[in-house]
Amino acid sequence: MIHFVLLISRQGKVRLTKWYSPYTQKERSKVIRELSGVILTRAPKLCNFVEWRGYKVVYKRYASLYFCMCIDEDDNELEVLEIIHHYVEILDRYFGSVCELDLIFNFHKAYYILDELLIAGELQESSKKTVARLIAAQDSLVETAKEEASSISNIIAQATK
Amino acid sequence: MDPILNPFSSGTRLRDMIRAIRACKTAAEERAAIRKECAAIRTSINENDPDYRHRNLAKLMFIHMLGYPTHFGQMECLKCIASPGFPEKRIGYLGLMLLLDERQEVLMLVTNSLKQDLNHMNQYIVGLALCALGNICSAEMARDLAPEVERLLQFRDPNIRKKAALCSIRIIKKVPDLAENFVKPATALLKEKHHGVLITAVQLCADLCKVSREALEHIRKKCTEGLVRTLKDLANSSYSPEYDVSGITDPFLHIRLLKLLRLLGEGDADASDSMNDILAQVGTKTESNKVAANAILYECVQTIMSIEGNGGLRVLAIGILGKFLSNRDNNIRYVALNMLMKAVTADPQAVLRYRATILECVKDADASIRKRALELVYVLVNESNVKPLTTELVSYLETCDQDFKGDLTAKICSIVSKFSPEKIWYIDQMIKVLLEAGSFVKDEVWRALIVVISNASELHGYAVRALYKAFQKSNEQEAFTRVAIWCIGEYGDLLINNVGMLDLEDRITVTESDAVDLIEITIQCHALDFTTKAMALVALLKLSSRFPSCSERIREIIVKYKGNFVLELQQRSIEFNSIIARHQNIRSMLVERMPVLDEATFIGRQAGSLPDAGSISAGSSVSLPNGVAKPADSLVDLLDLNSNDAPTPSSSGGDFLQDLLGVDLSPAAQSGANQTSKSGTDALLDLLSVGSVSGPVESPSAQSNSSAMDILSASKSEKASVSPLDDLSSLSLSSRTTSITGAAPMMDLLDGFASTPPKSENNGTVYPSITAFESSSLQLTFNFSKQPGNSQTTNIQATFINLSSDEYTDFIFQAAVPKFLQLQLDPASGSTLPANGNGSITQNFRVTNSQNGKKSLVMRIRITYKINGKEKLEEGQISNFPRDL
Repeated sequence: MIHFVLLISRQGKVRLTKWYSPYTQKERSKVIRELSGVILTRAPKLCNFVEWRGYKVVYKRYASLYFCMCIDEDDNELEVLEIIHHYVEILDRYFGSVCELDLIFNFHKAYYILDELLIAGELQESSKKTVARLIAAQDSLVETAKEEASSISNIIAQATK
Repeated sequence: MDPILNPFSSGTRLRDMIRAIRACKTAAEERAAIRKECAAIRTSINENDPDYRHRNLAKLMFIHMLGYPTHFGQMECLKCIASPGFPEKRIGYLGLMLLLDERQEVLMLVTNSLKQDLNHMNQYIVGLALCALGNICSAEMARDLAPEVERLLQFRDPNIRKKAALCSIRIIKKVPDLAENFVKPATALLKEKHHGVLITAVQLCADLCKVSREALEHIRKKCTEGLVRTLKDLANSSYSPEYDVSGITDPFLHIRLLKLLRLLGEGDADASDSMNDILAQVGTKTESNKVAANAILYECVQTIMSIEGNGGLRVLAIGILGKFLSNRDNNIRYVALNMLMKAVTADPQAVLRYRATILECVKDADASIRKRALELVYVLVNESNVKPLTTELVSYLETCDQDFKGDLTAKICSIVSKFSPEKIWYIDQMIKVLLEAGSFVKDEVWRALIVVISNASELHGYAVRALYKAFQKSNEQEAFTRVAIWCIGEYGDLLINNVGMLDLEDRITVTESDAVDLIEITIQCHALDFTTKAMALVALLKLSSRFPSCSERIREIIVKYKGNFVLELQQRSIEFNSIIARHQNIRSMLVERMPVLDEATFIGRQAGSLPDAGSISAGSSVSLPNGVAKPADSLVDLLDLNSNDAPTPSSSGGDFLQDLLGVDLSPAAQSGANQTSKSGTDALLDLLSVGSVSGPVESPSAQSNSSAMDILSASKSEKASVSPLDDLSSLSLSSRTTSITGAAPMMDLLDGFASTPPKSENNGTVYPSITAFESSSLQLTFNFSKQPGNSQTTNIQATFINLSSDEYTDFIFQAAVPKFLQLQLDPASGSTLPANGNGSITQNFRVTNSQNGKKSLVMRIRITYKINGKEKLEEGQISNFPRDL
């Protein structure tokens, strides 16, 4: 099971955190501090796994961002690398060649996509297309709701004029 | 105007806020900006304006991600979730998952909204609720909402079914009792074609198997075949763009199926048998050039290793790992090492074939790989390969990274002490390790080396010369310095005279002053801590007696420390100085060689009480069977005692002070040696009733403390002849002086004193008397009686008999007990003890045991007396008290 997902920039800024096991706020910031210290300092050609507090953290760097997932000791590290890649590909498809700024300004979108990919720390969908379709459907629901709201407020505005 | 500073900034958009925060140059600026923003959000929350709720929450999430407190937004999440529109719910659930965790009370408030949303018309809203529940539900929520989730496992849309399946995993992990409700619907999902549903259903089944035995049996019986077929279809499926990952159709599903099959095959031959073919197919057909393919192979190997044995498959699996190990990709090598670790138990020989490659991995640049490889090497070591493997590891110690040295040294030390074929090899290796990485070894390690050297009497000379030679080249490692100094102090004479040369040694010429020079240089080194310096002072004192010609020079070195600001060094300096200058006549006796350190106790303590293995205060001491403890060189011990960190961690005297200070001697904290002493006590009690002393019984239970045992057995042979008589006489004497005696069996033997039934009724129980202490010159017997009505207090009458031919004068008996005991000593009957057992001294005292029934009595004693004006001191520990005192 994946215990948490972290996106950390090369400067150590947190871009996304998702916790599937209970950690208090204090523990969370401690974990982030500890792990960014370990992961950001690792040389580029080394393996993508770090053993940490009896767990394993699988990380992969894409441009300036480190994608990290913490798993149990007997989980398949290589598969988690694939899951990370899967997530990145979906992000890429959604944003159109994703960059760090996309994830900063649309961080909630990154979360929505992650929620279509993982639940309870387990993989939910292996088809990128399905994830993209589900996200698009929900986005359009939001758009319609917004339009409705603005047209209603227009009507109210006109009525009260 | 900066939007952040705008008092109406709840109007700023999320995008603007993020931009403003990113524009902050310093951390202080960022804090200020966020404080302002939070204040604005609070105001907006208080105004309860639904239009900005969505935006406020999004901002709070961003602020939260930066690590600032956002608890005041928690209720906003609940309000958003409760509102009817999809956009609010979407952000509300996201905020719920981000800002809260399952342990917050607020979470309970959301149960009702969740329940409504799980039954919502809109499937996307159902999806949101399932996602939130799956990520953060608590046990209470799991119980409340399990029926809804169970129902959703059959929802018309597969995307809801898959979410419900993962949500079920969370529920059964939180409340394993609920597992049985999910078995049927979960297995039904295994027949689906939709990959998302299939993946989640397989995962759910795997988790069901983990939490419930019945579920495992059910799934094994009903689904194994179907799962094998699904895997077969998947492995043989043609290219499908939707699920393709670098040429393989849905590796995620592959892996999950293999994982579930592993659970089903473990411990069940039939199930294992039915999956053999497909495992062989996956293992051979999968091309291993991409991560996805290797992930599948890795999982496949793991499954092959876990299910019931099939030789052919195992060979295939080990072959795959061998290929992995020679892969250039570090990730692949890492997982190979990881997997070989598990394969070791199944087939150590096959793994040993890759020994050379694994050893190479220990030297890898990558810390993760090194760590894995080192652990693997550690389990691969056995008696036959320990020498070459250790040589490799020790030689690597010279070149490896500083931060890896700690791990590596610990493992080498452990390997060497576990498998060392002979002591000389052990000593050699440990010297190398201490020289290379002395600062990384734990204190037990160098102490253990001293214990081993001390026990290998034929290697004393070799060890001291080897240490001396190495010490000349390097004195940077403090742990090494301590061992070297200790040995030079103890065995300095062997160093000078080349005593006990082994064939392999080169002859070295060391003069007495060379040895003193070395220690002088060391003690002047500022980098060393005071324990080492204290050890050096002791070594010097010892050398002053071994090398009389250097005595004056040594005194001069020692005297320099009389003004040292460390009290310990100051005291040693002054005391040693006076020994050298004014007590020439007793010096050689004082600084005799240390008795052999008790290896068994040391090892037993290391194994038995690891947490406090490093400290001397572990409490157990060399208590010889029968409770007759006699440190041979007690004065020397006392000299070493001064330092809390004395170089004699398990010397008999080393614990004396500790015990005097009230260290608890509970049996649990004691090592095997004391267990045997218990049985020894029983034997003694049995034997006492026939009036003999349990001499022969003790020797088998005695551990390896040879020299101390020698002393003991010497006294024993004497004892065997004289003690029955002594016992009798002491008894008669003691019963004359006091009417309270409880030694019924002895009384029977004496026959003249009928055991007095009314008295034993009074006392409840009658306790046999014991020989508490015995040396060649002195015997001490205890008689016990209880005070009526007070079970905690025991009256003890001690009787001393002089076994030597000299009269003892100024006889003083002292005793000390641990904290749970209280001791009151009465004055003794006299201070002069006639020679040859012609009379005795008796002394009464009372011991109150606050832990009566739980712990038995223990006591340290010290006896001083004079023979012809010359002082003598004897010490010992008494632990053979009858139980229940």
